[in-house]
Amino acid sequence: MHDLGALTLGADTPAQPEVLLRKANQIRLSAMTMTQHSSLGHTGGDLSSADILTTLFLGKVLNLDTDNPAWPQRDRFIMSKGHCSGAFYSILAARGFFPRAQLSTFMDPLSQLNGHPDRNKLPGVEANTGPLGHGFPIAVGCALAARMRGETWRTFVLTGDGELQEGSNWEAAMTAQHYGLDNLVLIVDRNRIQQGDFTETTIRMEPLGAKFAAFGFAVEEIDGHNHAALLNRFTHLPLESGKPTCFIANTIKGKGVSFAENKPAWHHGVPTMEQLILAASELGLENLDDIEVSI
Amino acid sequence: MNSTTSALVATSSSAELFDCRDAFSQTLMALAEQDSRVCAVVNDSVSSTKLKPFLGKYPKRFVNVGIAEQNMIGVGAGLANGGLVPYVCGASCFLTARSMEQVKVDLGYSKWNVKLCGMSSGMAYGELGPTHHSIEDLAWTRVIPNLTVIVPADPAETAAVMRYSLDHIGPMFLRISRMPVPKVHPEPYTFTLGKAPVLREGNDVTIMANGVMVARALDAAASLASSGVSARVLNMSSMKPIDKEAILDAARRTRGIVTAEEALDAGGLGGAVAEILALHHPAPMRMLGVPDVFAPTGSAAFLLDYFGLNSEGIHAAALDLLGVR
Repeated sequence: MHDLGALTLGADTPAQPEVLLRKANQIRLSAMTMTQHSSLGHTGGDLSSADILTTLFLGKVLNLDTDNPAWPQRDRFIMSKGHCSGAFYSILAARGFFPRAQLSTFMDPLSQLNGHPDRNKLPGVEANTGPLGHGFPIAVGCALAARMRGETWRTFVLTGDGELQEGSNWEAAMTAQHYGLDNLVLIVDRNRIQQGDFTETTIRMEPLGAKFAAFGFAVEEIDGHNHAALLNRFTHLPLESGKPTCFIANTIKGKGVSFAENKPAWHHGVPTMEQLILAASELGLENLDDIEVSI
Repeated sequence: MNSTTSALVATSSSAELFDCRDAFSQTLMALAEQDSRVCAVVNDSVSSTKLKPFLGKYPKRFVNVGIAEQNMIGVGAGLANGGLVPYVCGASCFLTARSMEQVKVDLGYSKWNVKLCGMSSGMAYGELGPTHHSIEDLAWTRVIPNLTVIVPADPAETAAVMRYSLDHIGPMFLRISRMPVPKVHPEPYTFTLGKAPVLREGNDVTIMANGVMVARALDAAASLASSGVSARVLNMSSMKPIDKEAILDAARRTRGIVTAEEALDAGGLGGAVAEILALHHPAPMRMLGVPDVFAPTGSAAFLLDYFGLNSEGIHAAALDLLGVR
């Protein structure tokens, strides 16, 4: 298992929120370092989703086997917001699906680390995402497959909030409720900013939770940066028997890095080396070596 | 000029007609019986796919996503992720056009083992108008990497293609008509991917057809024979991969190729054959299909005649190619 930094999360170590926070900040700095390296990436969403990803992958929520990524009984995690590949690849490496050194090839020519994930290139990737509105329908299919086969594995899907403007998501929601897929967990990274502007300025999404409730989901709003709360909710599923679960995870785009927080321009902002060093400091990581990602 | 007729093959003039959807649905039932991974996904298209018996026998292996084609493709990919072999079935016009990005990304790019069954393709829904015609689907699907594209000609081939599809690992688009067609293959038939079976030998000209046009091509070959022209007929059901060797062989051994398809001239069978000839063995061609227009209203049979997609049209195109008036 390849852990980020000095903190080790052993197989028998209970997931501690303070450990998860430090891990999440390492994921943040790793993603920003990758974006700085390739001059391409999606810093804002990488940072807003880091705590959710860390809790799922390092908080022992997802039942996975990194030695056998295609293990049929594994939980499925679909990263529908595939543009946040910096954070996603970093967490896959942290969980041990591939060596961390590979992160330094992000978007290089012929790299396995495309700007958007390809399941045929990297272990741990369940679906090729990037164009928005693809992951949720695929997750519904995964959950239906478990139901059809009488299997107990669960399916988690992380979407953006602007992403939900794609109609395919609402088609998927109708299917999920009709088949009562309580083995399906939708997590919305509700950072309230999309590529061009704030979501509510672009196209109104509220009341978002009520929309999913009306679509037949058991819905709960949670603090998407509170590891203790995330861990608690992710380990007590489903929210309601017979219904798919929807967590509206309220987050801050660019979370943890002052110059990026809540700024639409940082949707795909690229940090300078000076900004990267400042980010490391703000994230409580003494220097870039803390993440052991060599660029 | 000589003409030789294959003993295996009937021409369509004897013609009891069959709806290939029956062979499709019956074979899918048989596949479900033999393999528990087989399941079906539809978009409210229970009747038009003729899958009511499947739903009756395997209700837990049948997913109806409602009228939601983008979701339908994604659900198929997810089912494949979960180890199932989904047959995703709907009217070809909606299955392809409405969900093209999902077909590209979730199936072609992702390589999920999903079988797309595009029903009532071509101009089968003739009277309903261009919204319901699916004459673009061959051009759209054959340009997607990793996606296998097959257009069976009759019930025996439809059943054979369905049987083949379960052994084939990877995404496929099966274009299945509802327009009644005569039998052109013996039963049981074995489909071979990437091979264009010779349905009739001939030396003067080669007719390449797929789907509902195969029987019409055989009729044309028969009428050409009575005009003293020997026409070879190939069934180009395997659109992708296409039988390059058979195309080059036809170009070498006959004086030209006439393609016939119930699809747009652009990007379909004619285009695929022309791409190979242009690069490797330029030869005279005539392409019969639908020109760059939206078709008028009328029955499928009317529209095929309207666009010259019949034995007379093929006959005339072959004579034109040979310079015979």
